[in-house]
Amino acid sequence: MENLASTFEYAPAPESRSVVDIAPSYGLFIDGEFAEAADGKVFKSVSPATEEVLAEVAQAGQADVDRAVKAARKAFEKWSALPGAERAKYLFRIARIIQERSRELAVLETLDNGKPIKETRDADLPLVAAHFFYYAGWADKLGHAGFGPNPQPLGVAGQVIPWNFPLLMLAWKIAPALATGNTVVLKPAETTPLSALFFADICRQAGLPKGVVNILPGYGDTGAALTAHPDVNKVAFTGSTAVGKEIARTLAGTDKKLTLELGGKGANIVFDDAPIDQAVEGIVTGIFFNQGQVCCAGSRLLVQESIQEELLDSLKRRLSTLRLGDPLDKNTDIGAINSAEQLARITALAETGEAEGAERWSAPCELPTSGYWFAPTLFTNVTQAHTVARDEIFGPVLSVLTFRTPEEAVAKANNTQYGLSAGIWTEKGSRILAVANKLRAGVVWANTFNKFDPTSPFGGYKESGFGREGGRHGLEAYLDV
Amino acid sequence: MSKESLGGSAAGATRLSVFKTYKLYVGGKFPRSESGRVYEVTDPKGKWLANAPQSSRKDARDAVVAARKAFGGWSGATAYNRGQVLYRVAEMLEGRREQFVREVADAEGLSKSKAAAVVDATVDRWVWYAGWTDKIAQVVGGANPVAGPFFNLSTPEPTGVVTVVAPQESSFLGLVSVVAPVIAAGNTAVVIASEKAPLPALSLGEVLATSDVPGGVVNVLSGNTREIALPLAAHQDVNGIDLAGADAELAKELEIAAADNLKRVLRPQAVDTDADFTVSPGTHRLTAFLETKTVWHPTGSLGASGAAY
Repeated sequence: MENLASTFEYAPAPESRSVVDIAPSYGLFIDGEFAEAADGKVFKSVSPATEEVLAEVAQAGQADVDRAVKAARKAFEKWSALPGAERAKYLFRIARIIQERSRELAVLETLDNGKPIKETRDADLPLVAAHFFYYAGWADKLGHAGFGPNPQPLGVAGQVIPWNFPLLMLAWKIAPALATGNTVVLKPAETTPLSALFFADICRQAGLPKGVVNILPGYGDTGAALTAHPDVNKVAFTGSTAVGKEIARTLAGTDKKLTLELGGKGANIVFDDAPIDQAVEGIVTGIFFNQGQVCCAGSRLLVQESIQEELLDSLKRRLSTLRLGDPLDKNTDIGAINSAEQLARITALAETGEAEGAERWSAPCELPTSGYWFAPTLFTNVTQAHTVARDEIFGPVLSVLTFRTPEEAVAKANNTQYGLSAGIWTEKGSRILAVANKLRAGVVWANTFNKFDPTSPFGGYKESGFGREGGRHGLEAYLDV
Repeated sequence: MSKESLGGSAAGATRLSVFKTYKLYVGGKFPRSESGRVYEVTDPKGKWLANAPQSSRKDARDAVVAARKAFGGWSGATAYNRGQVLYRVAEMLEGRREQFVREVADAEGLSKSKAAAVVDATVDRWVWYAGWTDKIAQVVGGANPVAGPFFNLSTPEPTGVVTVVAPQESSFLGLVSVVAPVIAAGNTAVVIASEKAPLPALSLGEVLATSDVPGGVVNVLSGNTREIALPLAAHQDVNGIDLAGADAELAKELEIAAADNLKRVLRPQAVDTDADFTVSPGTHRLTAFLETKTVWHPTGSLGASGAAY
């Protein structure tokens, strides 16, 4: 086998960068115009695969937040009064322009985020366009959505999104907000601001009225200023549980509506009758998709004791074939970690895993010399008390635990502060239903993992947050119901 | 048998009535507060009605334990079964109508006829929610038409243990209007009764205890609202909190404490402060403590032979 693998080496197959034209600097997008920050602050966005500076971006401060919220408030009056069918057409336009520009946006996202082009091209971008297309259709049907005959928008939505799926998270936030007649001030993550700024240009191309969408790049303090702003009516946040709790405290006693999509520690449960090869693919998808930087990642593998050895052998063999490297290469499976900070966090947690006595195995692969990289890693001999079994690592690290009975599997799966996702692998239909029924998680994938769709509600139980994004359910967050 | 032998009262004297010792309702039992404390409950004019237990934070924690213990069984019961149990509550309440008319009249300073209207509306509210238990899943859940070969279904599930700060003014209709939806949805509840008018709530425990509602599904505490609510809002094994009976200042304090484990918070709404529970309740209190679970499964394929109908 090894001989064969070395005989058939992959030739590099990089996607061309020329499809995207990144300007040396970008402003804030407020009231339909790009502008510098009031205090002139800027920050740099780098490519995590090469540490190359991609662009300099204006950094929004309190004064810019005030200005953007004011613009959104002003735009709200006309936008919310538009017939739903007209709002729908703007969103349909946006969906179509995203489809037209999807190659460009995929390359841009891969450059700014570090994830493989295979994923931005085949997952992120198609889902982004689909999300706008889906919510476009709701804009003139809100009276039929089960929230009363004439549900009303809330006003200005302050939205803060993470760096792991920059454009997709933007779509999850902006599409339902606009469809329901709200206006938006959105803060992209500091490490991945570029696709949101390109989206501003898409709004321009679509002829979206100015002020309806405002984009404010910045750090956590920008997000805090936005969510705390007294003239914001609705806050939507995707990110860490710690920040989510802080936002919940800030909003206490106000009448701002809040939805939170936070961390997870998803259990991927493999029963002894599961088709091993399919389960292995599902485990790989579950934890190594997007370098494991996924809130709903299947980061805890719960494997039935009797098949542990067979499954782990198979899994390690599969992990050894994953190709880590240039995210723009179409054959790349594992891209770069998003930032030096995140890499340091993953590294520290993996070291804790070893220090606490779990057994570490990493796929044998060469890491590039520049950029932020972490080899696919798994831990065995993990107990429920181990840090690597409890804390969200948000990286390509899988913790393996075992169980004997379905009851034990369920108890272990639910033994977490989180409740976002879970996976079940078995050929037995009744067992799928029984186990799915007992899992305290918002999304359960049976014999599949990490599937997403705009029609399918997504969101957590317990400390993974509250509210749902996607589907009819996703409208509720932006309506006065 | 002579008349005298039936009772012990002396001839000619009016009979001395038997007072009820009002107790908490926790885990299907009627304990006193572990603190041994009571406080005076009066009618709005100041007439003494009873000494009610003044619950401690330990009572609150015990109630959470009872509610957690009851959650598996209650949330796992069929929706039809939960509906029947809630309907049974209405039946039992109807049978005790006179008692509750008296207690509500005393508690809220209402005339007999107004109190009777409140009790009737309360019975009807149980009936309304009894009918919802096996309908809400179809109304708020369903199949999602995902773009791929997957069976994808969203289903509502109860959030877990919910603390209910019952309305302060509407001691009975308001109370039931906030408790019934929580348990209709399959949650279990720790209820803080109206501070100044807790007696109808404590008596409701007697109705629940004889209505096939499993012990621990509803737990009723009386006492100082703030003292009981704060530890419950901060409790790590409570999943949600309804702030109906909290004033603005307390509601904010409780919401901050609730953020520690991201409890689902139902803020006080205009209708609560107006204490107008006579309007049609809608479904928002049912959905406030429901989670949506979405399950995906590949649909597979029958191959070429399965393609034709």
